[in-house]
Amino acid sequence: MGIALNTLLMIVVALSIPGVINRTRAILAGRKGLPFVQHIRNVRLLLRKGSVYSTTTTALFRIAPAVYLGAAIVAMLFMPVADLYPLISFEGDVICFAYTLALARVAIILAAMDTGSSFEGMGAAREALYGALIEPALMIGFATLAMFCGYTSFADIFAHEQSFNAQLTIVMFLIAYLFISIAFVESGRVPVDDPRTHLELTMIHEVMCLDYSGIDMGMIHIAGWLKTACFSMIAANAIAATCCFHWWFATPLAILLTGISIGVVESTQARNKLIRNTTFIVTISALAALIFFIGFLLQSDINI
Amino acid sequence: MIYHITDNMAEAIALKDIPEVDYAALYNDLKERLQDERYHVAHYFATPDGTRLKFYMILLDDHEHKMMLSSFAMDYYEDVALPSLTALHPALHPFEREITELYNVEFDSMPWNKPLRFPFNRRNRNSTMDNYPFYTIEGETLHEVNVGPIHAGIIEPGAFRFVCNGESVLHLEIALGYQHRGAEHEFSSTTNRLRQTLLAEGIAGDSAVSHATAYSSVVEKLAHKPASEALWIERTVALELERMAMHIADTGALSMDVAYQLGQVACEALRTMTINTTQAWCGNRFGKGLIRPCGTNKPLTTEKVAMIRTNVAEIRRRYNEVVEDIKSSPSLLARFEQCGIVPKAEMQRIGGVGMAARASGVKRDIRTSHPYAAYASQIQHESIVKRHGDVMARLTMRCSEVLQSADYIEQLLATYTPTDIARPDYEVPMAAESLAFSLIEGWRGEICHVATTNAQGEIATYKIKDPSLHNWLALAIAVRGEGISDFPICNKSFNLSYCGHDL
Repeated sequence: MGIALNTLLMIVVALSIPGVINRTRAILAGRKGLPFVQHIRNVRLLLRKGSVYSTTTTALFRIAPAVYLGAAIVAMLFMPVADLYPLISFEGDVICFAYTLALARVAIILAAMDTGSSFEGMGAAREALYGALIEPALMIGFATLAMFCGYTSFADIFAHEQSFNAQLTIVMFLIAYLFISIAFVESGRVPVDDPRTHLELTMIHEVMCLDYSGIDMGMIHIAGWLKTACFSMIAANAIAATCCFHWWFATPLAILLTGISIGVVESTQARNKLIRNTTFIVTISALAALIFFIGFLLQSDINI
Repeated sequence: MIYHITDNMAEAIALKDIPEVDYAALYNDLKERLQDERYHVAHYFATPDGTRLKFYMILLDDHEHKMMLSSFAMDYYEDVALPSLTALHPALHPFEREITELYNVEFDSMPWNKPLRFPFNRRNRNSTMDNYPFYTIEGETLHEVNVGPIHAGIIEPGAFRFVCNGESVLHLEIALGYQHRGAEHEFSSTTNRLRQTLLAEGIAGDSAVSHATAYSSVVEKLAHKPASEALWIERTVALELERMAMHIADTGALSMDVAYQLGQVACEALRTMTINTTQAWCGNRFGKGLIRPCGTNKPLTTEKVAMIRTNVAEIRRRYNEVVEDIKSSPSLLARFEQCGIVPKAEMQRIGGVGMAARASGVKRDIRTSHPYAAYASQIQHESIVKRHGDVMARLTMRCSEVLQSADYIEQLLATYTPTDIARPDYEVPMAAESLAFSLIEGWRGEICHVATTNAQGEIATYKIKDPSLHNWLALAIAVRGEGISDFPICNKSFNLSYCGHDL
């Protein structure tokens, strides 16, 4: 029962975040904006369409969206919603989670290279670079969690760390901030990438999917939502662990936290110059290292 | 005397009054003269004249506010190479390339005789866009990126070939001509002046008012019927409204390209308000139908004057807020500053004109150097000049010009009492065997129209120059060494016309 509810809530989070982003942007721009469920309608439309394939592509190109979506679904199944239990959980699943998502990335990069288009090659190069740069942040973030509570499974990490103390609160809030930042990078949002741009030369994620259409494109969209939902849920769990560790608190928190922060940033800020993205992402890794040391010091009983 | 000296308000000149000199004399004079920043060539073209090929050159002297006309001729089939002026002064490249393309006239030591626009009446029909050899650079680490000619979005076709080293652009080559419609030829193939006016409005849709004004002015000069003061004031208001609308639109477009949503939506709304003002005046948002030779169908009324003043004041106030927002937003400054730089010397060398040139510190502004319309009477125009030549300079250029234009409109209309203005006259007789030209500072830069008439007083040759003709090269230079992902904002900061170049 709990497991089914957990999975269901993850899907709800994944479907809601893009809607919240769009609503936030519309309100801040003073526009009426899209209906909340417009992105779901768009994808439903895509899923009912067939795909068109370029003659230069091989089977690799056709498999990639399935691998991408499959990996995202598996990653999503690792993720607990506060006090509920995920479908898959074992000791060390944080590592498995990270590399399942890496598999998704490799699949889509290879598919982009497979098209032979100079645009997509550029996009693949950028995605590979940023993927490599964000990985330390992700791993150090997990290491901090593991060090703090002594478990290496998402379900155990959050379930066993609910003592109400100042050390925990500080570290958990920092962890939440870290994973929201990672969500910006991983889901290709401003200031790193701009999902709405029409300029192929500036795109990162979108340019890799230029050759996809119909059902393949729909799968890529869904996988993107699931990825964002996973990172958002880690951040929400971290905050929930400090105050109110229940699924009915963590779920709306995950939706609003990411949805509103992405919406606000996208409305008020310009995106980075591409070469500054590397600095931006490395800074996130540096922040992760800092959080790790703060956690380490606090755990060694330094009084505050 | 190798020049006939005149100015921008003068009437048509009889062809026999333009000195016909030896090319060598003209070449030697220009060789020296063009080194001085005060001179630049507004137009230089060839046209068949019986069995001869006649060349006209219009040289501008920005200090003395004078135009200097000269001409030379050669036999139509004469097979001699003229020494190239482009080799000394690259600013002349579009003119020499056009002459070579159309009439097969060779220019000796011309550095790169690339076809200009592949027109339908070019001499060498084997040279087509499909077999055009792009400039290439060989290298292990280099890759080429081709963009176009089909644009993924809504704008016009043009082929861009980048040679990149990783993310950074080593070289950009721009190949245009896809929009060629034979506009110049159309002017001389009809004697219907209304049709010619409509053609002028269609040269570049975003500069409809400027091009129509240039055409109307040419007709009025040939007819020796100067437009009345009131008509000039109304045209000036229309020109400044067009400038405001396009500059605001480009501010929004630049915001969009860096994903700055608030700037984008605010400017889109203001641009709509500006073009709707034009629409409320003349029935067309781009000012089509407003400018007609020798008169107007849409004279201003007291109510329209009040409406324009109210709207312009409101647009000015709101736009100023957007500009303050942009200038105080670090994430935007980080994108625009030090990006796409064209240094002053380079802009001078390639003969950049208009807004883009002024952003690099080259003071090229027909409104100050060769005043016409209300700039010659009521407005003491002070050109805005920036120094840095980057995207930010071109953006702040726009910001300042919008405010300046709004002030001019207010200044002109505050004291303007609508009077009776003549209806357009499409039948007015024009002087035979004459040449007339007009230079108008459109929002992009100097627009030059030149017409010569035949013995019947009808247009024999019509030559059009849109500022884009010069400034496309500035874009290619701006992106050198930049990241390829910054190309879109460099491109948008110039916002050049494809059809204005291709004609």
